[in-house]
Amino acid sequence: MLAYFVRRILVMIPTLLVISVLIFAIIQLPEGDYLTSQIAELEAMGETVAKEQIEFLRKQYGLDQPFVVQYFHWLGGMLRGDFGYSFEYKLPVSQVVGDRLFLSFLLSFSTIIFTWLIAFPIGVYSATHQYSWADHGLTFLGFLGLATPNFLLALVLLYFANVTFGTSIGGLMDPVYLNQPMSWGKFLSVLEHLWIPVLVIGTSHTAGMIRRLRANLLDELQKQYVVTGRAKGLPPFRLLMKYPLRMSLNPFIADIGNLLPQVVSGAAIVAIVLSLPTTGPMLLAALRSQDMYLAGSFLMFLSLLTVIGMFLSDLALAALDPRIRLHGGIRR
Amino acid sequence: MAQPLLQVRDLKVEFVLHDQGVVRAVDGVSFSIREGSTAALVGESGSGKSVIAQAIMSILPKPGRITAGQILFYDHGADAGAGAMVDIAALGANSAQMRSIRGARISMIFQEPMTSLSPLHTIGNQITETVLLHRNVAKQEARALAQEMLAKVGFPDPRRALDTYSFELSGGLRQRAMIAMALVCRPAMLIADEPTTALDVTVQAQILKLIKDLQHEFGMTVLLITHDLGVVANMAEDVVVVYHGKVMERGGLVDIYSKPQHPYLKALMKAVPRVGMTSGERLTPIREVEHTTGGYLTQCSARLPTTNSGALLQVSHISKCFRIRKGGFLGHATTPVVQALEDVSFDIKPGECLGLVGESGCGKTTLSKIIMRAIDPDSGDIFYNDGEMRSLLSLSDAELINFRRKVQFIFQDPFGSLNPRMTVYDIVSEPLVIHKIGNGEDHMQIVQELLRHVGLDPRFLQRYPHSFSGGQRQRIGIARALALNPQLLICDEPVSALDVSVQAQILNLLKDLQAELGLTFLFISHNLAVVDYMADRIAVMCAGQLVEIASREVLFRDPVHPYTKALLAAVPRTDPRQKLDLRALMEGRVSDPAAWPQPFTSNGTETPQFVDVGGGHLVRAQPSLAAELRT
Repeated sequence: MLAYFVRRILVMIPTLLVISVLIFAIIQLPEGDYLTSQIAELEAMGETVAKEQIEFLRKQYGLDQPFVVQYFHWLGGMLRGDFGYSFEYKLPVSQVVGDRLFLSFLLSFSTIIFTWLIAFPIGVYSATHQYSWADHGLTFLGFLGLATPNFLLALVLLYFANVTFGTSIGGLMDPVYLNQPMSWGKFLSVLEHLWIPVLVIGTSHTAGMIRRLRANLLDELQKQYVVTGRAKGLPPFRLLMKYPLRMSLNPFIADIGNLLPQVVSGAAIVAIVLSLPTTGPMLLAALRSQDMYLAGSFLMFLSLLTVIGMFLSDLALAALDPRIRLHGGIRR
Repeated sequence: MAQPLLQVRDLKVEFVLHDQGVVRAVDGVSFSIREGSTAALVGESGSGKSVIAQAIMSILPKPGRITAGQILFYDHGADAGAGAMVDIAALGANSAQMRSIRGARISMIFQEPMTSLSPLHTIGNQITETVLLHRNVAKQEARALAQEMLAKVGFPDPRRALDTYSFELSGGLRQRAMIAMALVCRPAMLIADEPTTALDVTVQAQILKLIKDLQHEFGMTVLLITHDLGVVANMAEDVVVVYHGKVMERGGLVDIYSKPQHPYLKALMKAVPRVGMTSGERLTPIREVEHTTGGYLTQCSARLPTTNSGALLQVSHISKCFRIRKGGFLGHATTPVVQALEDVSFDIKPGECLGLVGESGCGKTTLSKIIMRAIDPDSGDIFYNDGEMRSLLSLSDAELINFRRKVQFIFQDPFGSLNPRMTVYDIVSEPLVIHKIGNGEDHMQIVQELLRHVGLDPRFLQRYPHSFSGGQRQRIGIARALALNPQLLICDEPVSALDVSVQAQILNLLKDLQAELGLTFLFISHNLAVVDYMADRIAVMCAGQLVEIASREVLFRDPVHPYTKALLAAVPRTDPRQKLDLRALMEGRVSDPAAWPQPFTSNGTETPQFVDVGGGHLVRAQPSLAAELRT
């Protein structure tokens, strides 16, 4: 088993290398670079830029070097902890991202906890009371949440929050607290703004999760071992918790791998609509303006989180499911 | 006369199904079980016998409910309230009182030992859970009780078994663990719902013996639910025959078997193949299905090679290993080898039915796949009589396509082997399309004829497989196999997924087709009675080796190999006077070649091979010691 995990970790290295090549190549695919898109923008505004200055900048940023050289320069930098320089912000990438990362984590974790707290009881109830009125009603609500476009819900909630509670429009805190050190007031302001994105992003996730949990659990409830449990004389709730519910958790644990990158970059559209200072909108902007080091390093970070997340979910699955732990990929 | 332990009076159970309305699964059933006795509920699937058991346990599935009647349980040995009488039908399914009966006073074991235990919890966890639910003991004591019970049901190392998971155990051991879990609280009654149907016959015999032994030890009452009249004859004292939710007949075992009164029971007895049927005796299905012959298939009469008189198919020294990839450091560390087939040789003569028997996992299916050229053997060769003997393994791709027309396959699972998105017409005509035989008009004509051949109505052509029963689906599979007008049909457990009442139909159909079309069969089954009914010669297989081949009569009258003997001894006979002789089973070590006595096992210098003990009766033994086997 230990050997298996060591192998898994070693396999992560070539995986990440391949991903880095792909990311760099795809970012380079559109014609031109940051400077050409910058020039185009300036010219559109009727300004002219001196040729010499452009050449100078291009040389300084290393944009005149061949692809391979640029790639290894970037890769070597990352290994030393230098993620490159953001043209757009005129700051090292790590400083640009760092600020926003905390707020992203805060938002995403709140959303995940919200989702799980709501989805689990409802999913279990729906499955154990299949085709009851409550099941139909909750399912209907779930579909409603799934079908409503997130950005629409965001706008509606934003409006009502402003009208009823006087919450300021957009952002994760009142403008007066921007760039201020942490204080009680700032904290309350964050809480006041946080619930809208949590609710908006949460509803669609909750709905999907209820459906999946209900389907998994319904499958498990049919299984023979549930009948065995009843024949033992187990009370229904204890039976449900110990056997079928635990069995139906596997897909959710396997999902942790996808959860981690979502924590960082998820829900970009909602974040843009609500103008949240999270990382999602920033990634989008970096990709559009060909701010290549910012975009590349950021994507690399997401890939790393995905790979680590997958590893963690494998670890958790092995810990929770003896079939995976003991078979180790071997069928009888 | 012993007291009744359980009395079922005029029980009615209904299921409310949203597409079919109310279905009455049990319709006024009454019977009683004497304390300490074994009663059997017998019937085909869908007869309502399992529903009765679920009603007694109060574990009916959601849409089912008891609408009338009583289930009186006289619990003489209970800790509290000795001699108390409880009407289970009147108790709530999840009431505290019912839960204290369930698992403690009445326990149940099920058909599928694979799925009856949770794979996420250890055996010990699941057994101690039962103890802790019903007895006021500490965890340590509960664990000790569980360990003691595991020892009683025959686990060689009960302490270790507590920490194993169900999927680490064989089917037989899983069922033993289930029995341990059911009996750990010493219930007054055990309900065994088809406890051995999913097991091999030697394992079945051991489990039946175990249930009997424990019944005597604990003075327990057993309610056995089964469709297997052989199991009933060996286990039960009283028999209740159920059909369509009604009791058809009930009485003592000997009375029921010697003079069955009700036509349904008579029909059931005639429909089940049993070992020792006189040759030429024909099964009578409960519902007969007519089929016609003639036309396309019989016109192509050049079915058998006439140029020489050799075998149709010759399997010669086939060996096959499977390597199991074990997750080593870089994925190729240790590769344990499983010897699936070891030096297997036999002939199939034109027009005969060769039966191949063996327990699950012995290599039967691997062998059939090698003959189909679905997988390649490691060594050995197969020769096919195509006017001359041709090696199958050296066929080119183009020749292989031609060969495929001559050998066809009938599968075990009539549900998985038909594509649910194709109509019957598409399914049966597909082989013709693949091999570019005839045009669309011909296809329609041939398919209609094939359906008549297998006893299906040609009007069903445009239906999809889901609208057919298991037996009908198997007929569709047979029609598809016949479409190319093959010479050899490989039937891999063709009836083991079917209900007893349908088995006879399919067996008779195959038998008739063989006679009418001059087909040659390789008939693979784990059921000796079925093979006995179908085959001319029988080959016995164990752990990848063929151990004995003989004609049907000789094998059953005069088996030589210890494995064959054990296999024959383990088949429950439908005659109450012939009980199972369990000594021949060698305590379950019979399917381990290392445990066979000399001369059937290697002595270090000489490996066993086939020796003829007279009249084509081949036995795998050491040649130098084989003389004493000849009689």
